[in-house]
Amino acid sequence: MTNKAVSLKELRKHRLFMPIVCLIVVLLINLIKTPNFFAVSINHGVLYGYIIDVINRGSELAILAIGMTLVASSSGGTDISVGAIAAVCAAVITNILSGGTDSVNEFHAPFLLAIIAGLLVAVLCGMWNGFLVASLKIQPMVATLILYTAGRGIAQLITRGQITYIRVDAYKVLGSTIGNNPVPTPIYVAIFMIIIASLFLRYTAFGLYVQTVGINAKAARLVGLNPVKIQFITYMICGLMAGIAGVIYSSRIYSCDANNIGLNVEMDAILAVALGGNSLAGGRFSLPGSLIGAYTIQALTTSLYAMGVSADQLPVYKAIVVVIIVALQSPELYKMLRKKTGAQKKTVIKEVTQA
Amino acid sequence: MKRKALALFMCTAMAAGLMTGCGSSGAKSEAPAASEAPAASEAAEAPAASEAPAASEAAASEAPAASEAASEAAASEAPAADTPANEIAKNDGEAISVGFAQVGAESDWRTASTESVKSAFSEENGYNLIFNDAQQKQENQIKAIRDFISQDVDYIILDPVTETGWDQPLQEAFDAGIPVIIVDRMVDVKDPSLYTAWIGSDFELEGKKACGYLKAYLDAKGYTGDVNIVDIQGTIGASAQIGRTKGFDDAAKANGWNVVAQQTGEFTQAKGQEVMESILKQSDNINVVYCENDNEAFGARDAIEAAGKKVGSDIANGDILLMSFDCTKAGLTDTLNGSILVNTECNPLYGPVLTQMIQKLKAGETLDHDTYIEEAQFSADDSVTSINVDGTDYPVTILTQEVLDARAY
Repeated sequence: MTNKAVSLKELRKHRLFMPIVCLIVVLLINLIKTPNFFAVSINHGVLYGYIIDVINRGSELAILAIGMTLVASSSGGTDISVGAIAAVCAAVITNILSGGTDSVNEFHAPFLLAIIAGLLVAVLCGMWNGFLVASLKIQPMVATLILYTAGRGIAQLITRGQITYIRVDAYKVLGSTIGNNPVPTPIYVAIFMIIIASLFLRYTAFGLYVQTVGINAKAARLVGLNPVKIQFITYMICGLMAGIAGVIYSSRIYSCDANNIGLNVEMDAILAVALGGNSLAGGRFSLPGSLIGAYTIQALTTSLYAMGVSADQLPVYKAIVVVIIVALQSPELYKMLRKKTGAQKKTVIKEVTQA
Repeated sequence: MKRKALALFMCTAMAAGLMTGCGSSGAKSEAPAASEAPAASEAAEAPAASEAPAASEAAASEAPAASEAASEAAASEAPAADTPANEIAKNDGEAISVGFAQVGAESDWRTASTESVKSAFSEENGYNLIFNDAQQKQENQIKAIRDFISQDVDYIILDPVTETGWDQPLQEAFDAGIPVIIVDRMVDVKDPSLYTAWIGSDFELEGKKACGYLKAYLDAKGYTGDVNIVDIQGTIGASAQIGRTKGFDDAAKANGWNVVAQQTGEFTQAKGQEVMESILKQSDNINVVYCENDNEAFGARDAIEAAGKKVGSDIANGDILLMSFDCTKAGLTDTLNGSILVNTECNPLYGPVLTQMIQKLKAGETLDHDTYIEEAQFSADDSVTSINVDGTDYPVTILTQEVLDARAY
């Protein structure tokens, strides 16, 4: 009995424990409300099921969460311009591919060239944010607010205020499936980015540098790190990730809708980082945590659709669940609970320690 | 130096990784089209399939007649006006100055609306148009109206950004003796006589017309089975959503249609796709999807096709009927190729009818305080040519390439 309590306690100490529990709880609610939630079948040569939707639709958010985690860790702030950067990237790509018209049935420029150009612009946007935050020491929220507001305007300028359609099958691939492969492409892209990021953080000291700068930039400088450069690089990566997410968003609808691509997604990305048990004040971070957070958010959205919650009430339910999840992860809440239960709890703890 | 190299490596690695991903996907891109075949062969098995002619063929052969009929019908639809609604009323004598406070340029619909007004109120037609783009901000519009008043224009046309907050500026225009015509969105003022007239879309009628078409279509095809219908709503609270949803709700109740799901797609393709993707998993027998704008219809169609079903016009054989609104060029293109069964217009071309209204005011006539702009309905399927809503007949334009090419937006 006591043994079990101890092992559970140890398990609970693991920093990913709460994020995983939250994801499981969100998924389990579906077992009761939507019994077929976990049913996966191959329909028409493509994996089909709610759970596939979660993984598929969560891809962009997972990719964004990678960048957002690094930014939050290095600068103790958030990049609220990722949605706008995604729109700019999509606008550049569609505009190059369409050759400046509103709707095309064939590429007017090489596909790869357009993608590279789009991602380059996204990286440039990230560098701009990085310059403002790292070099000019502007608060991250304020610095990225500039592109948050201006980004969609820029995207509108590029697309001349129109929705630009690229009705070419090759363009739809990144948002649907590759040939007869049953797994939706966004899942591959997300997995690929996750692997690259994990390998990079594991086999280089970059992750450590980022955390060092985030915990104490001055101390980092004293040990020979350049905080400005490191912060700059994290914002650049965040821009690139936003660009990649923008490519997928755009490919899903084979067009660029500058007003709506990645709308409000920055909030979800920040939330993913927070749900993953990461501090938004900078310092230590856990990439798996953020990814779990990202898929939790998408699981929540898909679950609410599956339950037929009308979309206008969706934010309310989402907010309620998020409050519960965040509260569950708050150590202060446990302290408060402990104080309330007071004496009884103390004796229990004593027993456990004695054993 | 080391870190620089590191950063460079990282970026190139990520970019290169993505490119290889794209490269391999590009090569295999032809495959998805082939996978649609099974659905089509399923449809061909049933006997009724032969009754439904290929929509595009039928439409093409009747092209000239249909477009003539459409223009005749359009003319007869406006009994009050002596001139057709799409004819610009030119101004003789001294140029009339008109101030036009437009919302902005947030959509191609809005751009078409602006172009229509600009070309109708041209100098050749005897007008002097002062155009103001408010960039979606009401304070800009209020300022524009005050500028119009100080420039002493003859008429003001206002397409309001919001419904509320117009009492003061409209009072100022009223006091200055300048007639104000409100277009598109309504204004909510205590005293409606502050503005001379309002003209805009009747969204509820649009919804009724779309549902009326569905009913007529099902009757024409002799379909008596269940109608399991999904409503993908617009952004909740938008006047277009309220009207189109109301038209839908009433019709579904009156006709005994089974509403499988009703969720908002927020007027975007991405949300329409995501919502439809989810709804398709809730029910297996959906056969009609009512989308409240074209973008949602594109998304819904993609979701339906990804789920291995088919959009089309042959409901008896498992096709899902797709209905849409707005009639954008892209929407009508899909209507022409048959993936959208019926597309009900939301007419942005206010220019000509506004010139007529202003000429009437100049001649001292009084205008109806609230008027609805004429709106058409398009389908590439020729089995229904006219529908009846609440005792009034409305023509359905059979869509052909000529009709599509002739449209201004």
